[in-house]
Amino acid sequence: MSSDNDYLDGNAAAGELSSIFATDITAAEGQCANCGATKRFAEAHVYMQTPGVVARCAACEHVLLRVVNVRHRIFLDVRGMTFLSFDTSQDRRTVQAAS
Amino acid sequence: MWHVGTVVALNDETETVRTVRLKVSNWRSHVAGQHVDVRVTASDGYSAVRSYSIASAPNSDGHLELTIERLPEGEVSPYLTQEVEVGDRLELRGPIGGWFVWRNYQTEPVQLIGGGSGIVPLMAMIRSRASAGSSAPFRLLYSVREPSAVLYRDELHTLSNRDYPVTVSYAYTRAIPQGWPRPPGHIDASLIANTTWPSNLAPICYVCGPTSFVETIAGLLTACGHGTDKIRAERFGPTGEPQ
Amino acid sequence: MMAIISRGFSGRRSAAVVKLPPGQYLTTDFPVLSAGPTPNVPLDNWQLTIDDGTKVLRKWDWESFRGLPNETFTVDLHCVTRWSKLGATWEGVSLDTLLAEVNTDASYAFVHSYGDYTTNLPLKDLLNQKAWIAFRFDGGELALEHGGPARLLVPHLYLWKSAKWIRRITLTHEDKPGFWEGLGYHNYGDPWREQRYWGE
Repeated sequence: MSSDNDYLDGNAAAGELSSIFATDITAAEGQCANCGATKRFAEAHVYMQTPGVVARCAACEHVLLRVVNVRHRIFLDVRGMTFLSFDTSQDRRTVQAAS
Repeated sequence: MWHVGTVVALNDETETVRTVRLKVSNWRSHVAGQHVDVRVTASDGYSAVRSYSIASAPNSDGHLELTIERLPEGEVSPYLTQEVEVGDRLELRGPIGGWFVWRNYQTEPVQLIGGGSGIVPLMAMIRSRASAGSSAPFRLLYSVREPSAVLYRDELHTLSNRDYPVTVSYAYTRAIPQGWPRPPGHIDASLIANTTWPSNLAPICYVCGPTSFVETIAGLLTACGHGTDKIRAERFGPTGEPQ
Repeated sequence: MMAIISRGFSGRRSAAVVKLPPGQYLTTDFPVLSAGPTPNVPLDNWQLTIDDGTKVLRKWDWESFRGLPNETFTVDLHCVTRWSKLGATWEGVSLDTLLAEVNTDASYAFVHSYGDYTTNLPLKDLLNQKAWIAFRFDGGELALEHGGPARLLVPHLYLWKSAKWIRRITLTHEDKPGFWEGLGYHNYGDPWREQRYWGE
């Protein structure tokens, strides 16, 4: 197994995070508290095969977010981001289903 | 949070890939490119969750299709591609994602690049475009091991031979059809240059595949002048630990 | 909501013929769990340090570390993600050897890895032939993804305590939670008492 590519991306963590955030997190923009890079959460490098979910900055690999889901409690650590900003415009726009 | 979906149809796409069609009550219509989490639970309570892209176009009647590749060492995919029968019920969470999506009111050129079963969410975008009657310029570059592993071949052929066609190009990595002009090989800079939208058209690029594939393609696209803000990626790979 | 039982799904598990800690399943492979990129430290730059938070108590480079007396041992591994691997054979240096000349009245050890991983445990759990710094597994060099060139092994605790890519052990008077212990995972982590999470 390649040791360089054992991560996925923010999309893979979105299901777990949907139980916490009412708004989609993959399109949210977050700023890395370490290097200052501002990127969509979808771009984060996400490590899933761990006791929790760890999202890291795609630029500097600093931990942005951690989630641990234990029995009936979810722990969330977002110290690695100075902010996380959500776009709420898409929620109000109706997508026309064609059929 | 978890919805119950009933399997209403099964369709073998190839020897190792199956499409599972589900009907879910009270399901919010998805957007092309989104995925769902599927949870399966054994009789002793052991459960496993995996993410699968939705293959079907958005619709308002609670139907969705998941196209699932059986992984030899997989824990859930062999179950979903070999054991599941029509009438079985699965637990679903979603639809998930708001970044790796194509909404059918988008009009800019779209470049889709998929590796292996990374075609699945891209197919949802192509189907969404077709069902909405959109004329957004679409191109697909599809990297696949060999001709017999191509998913949705007939449908892609039809959609590339009609008004407002989707231009489809293939990159065969291991074996090629007879008479195919390009030897087997991965997508490279020249194939990107020859088959995808040039960066001056400012297309939005959707790239889906295993992590190594996505990193390679994203590198080739940025080298061709595509802005990183125009490249949206979804990486797949093992996600599984028991829960 | 109660989970719906998936007819015909059993998962990729073997039937246990031996007694496992509660809630564990037997595996025969060796799953790789990583919370970050795999560090690749050239042996020329590799160091293992024991300190007390302010001053270095012991320090080894690769050559001096490999010159220490080592032992071969076979242990069972229990991961908090519920797999157990039995009878894994390792080669490494006992923490008793590494700590032999360290004079300390500290009660806790805080372990740092190359990369940013940390874990904590009582110092006494590193002593009396219960913990090693391992550098060979199953007759071969320890692969990078399993913690090579050298990792901590504390097999009587859940495997997240056995820090891969170990770099430093800090001996302290006050306990401080590590990477997972600070976010819901049990501070001690005894698999036989199923101490997975806070409050168990």
